Amino acid sequence: MYDLIIIGAGPAGITAAVYAARKRMSLLVITKDIGGQAAISGDIENYTGYQFITGPDLAAKFEEHMRKYDITLKENEEVSEVRKRENLISIKTDKGAYEARTTIIASGKKSRELNVPGEREFKNKGLTYCATCDGPLFSGKDVAVIGGGNSALDATLQLIKIAKQVYIINNASGLGGDAIMREKINESKLVTVLNNTQVTAILGDKFVSEIKIKREGKEVQLAVQGIFVEIGLIPNSDFANEVEKNQFGEIKVNSCNETNIPCIFAAGDVTDVPEKQIIIAAGEGSKAALSAFRYLSQLR
Amino acid sequence: MDKKVLVYSTPTCPYCIRTKQFLRDNNIVFEDIDVSVNQTAAEEIVRKSGQMGVPVLDIDGQIIVGFDKERIKAALGL
Repeated sequence: MYDLIIIGAGPAGITAAVYAARKRMSLLVITKDIGGQAAISGDIENYTGYQFITGPDLAAKFEEHMRKYDITLKENEEVSEVRKRENLISIKTDKGAYEARTTIIASGKKSRELNVPGEREFKNKGLTYCATCDGPLFSGKDVAVIGGGNSALDATLQLIKIAKQVYIINNASGLGGDAIMREKINESKLVTVLNNTQVTAILGDKFVSEIKIKREGKEVQLAVQGIFVEIGLIPNSDFANEVEKNQFGEIKVNSCNETNIPCIFAAGDVTDVPEKQIIIAAGEGSKAALSAFRYLSQLR
Repeated sequence: MDKKVLVYSTPTCPYCIRTKQFLRDNNIVFEDIDVSVNQTAAEEIVRKSGQMGVPVLDIDGQIIVGFDKERIKAALGL
């Protein structure tokens, strides 16, 4: 039985782990991967203390910091159930079962899917959700980025260094995201922005060869070899059935990171905290750990 | 005899970095092939693995896609 089990090892989970370790709480971290979305971000220029750092580098720094402490870490393990019993929480995963007095859910978000024909078949066969990972395989090719927010702009800025031509397929009337990124995209001759446009199908033989889009009521096909889906994120909160969530599936927390269940805390992008940023997730993780510590102190 | 291990990767892919770190931690000697600067190798992984994601590992001819720790361990006999 642990004092605390942290679910997730992104910026929120790792920071919570560092704080909990410094409070000498007995601690287990269960996670699918290390670094979460931060590990697959491109260039980061808004995490205080680093004027510039890449996502993988910042994630490596986070991990190094966490490993400085003696923390039990279960990597490549996915939580399937979190249940409150009498005075403890039982957590089931794809590999085992654990018990703790408190838990912090910091499982973050994952990519939203397009839900169009061809998406499943062509995943990793031209269609990807990670420009940072797979971008270089599309060197000299024509590619499409689906979406119009910051993650789509980030993917586009990575791809203009590699690809021959980049189409941005955006279903809104204009691009969102940060002005500084939009300016860089507008300056690039390689980018064609298609607003008010929806993706209706992904086509190809063994690999992606075309994307079907709908524009001004008409369906047309674009020849592309790569498709980067960047249409936002959904919270990894399905396993937490008992906690209260909002309409988007985000876990509701108060300013102390408490959920509706006293011994269950949550932090970072999986919660309804306004603004999803690495630095905010990290701060929320520290608050959640301190709240869990306070909760345990009051029990004793 | 030691197995021949090839890792097809890109410098920015976090799972590639983790895969290589895992191999180093286990004292496995491997050849790192950066597909972002080697177009022939990029085409090779498509041919070998039938897909376009990295990392791809070739362990004595056995192809593993992604940082699949359990499969990598099994293939290396760790």
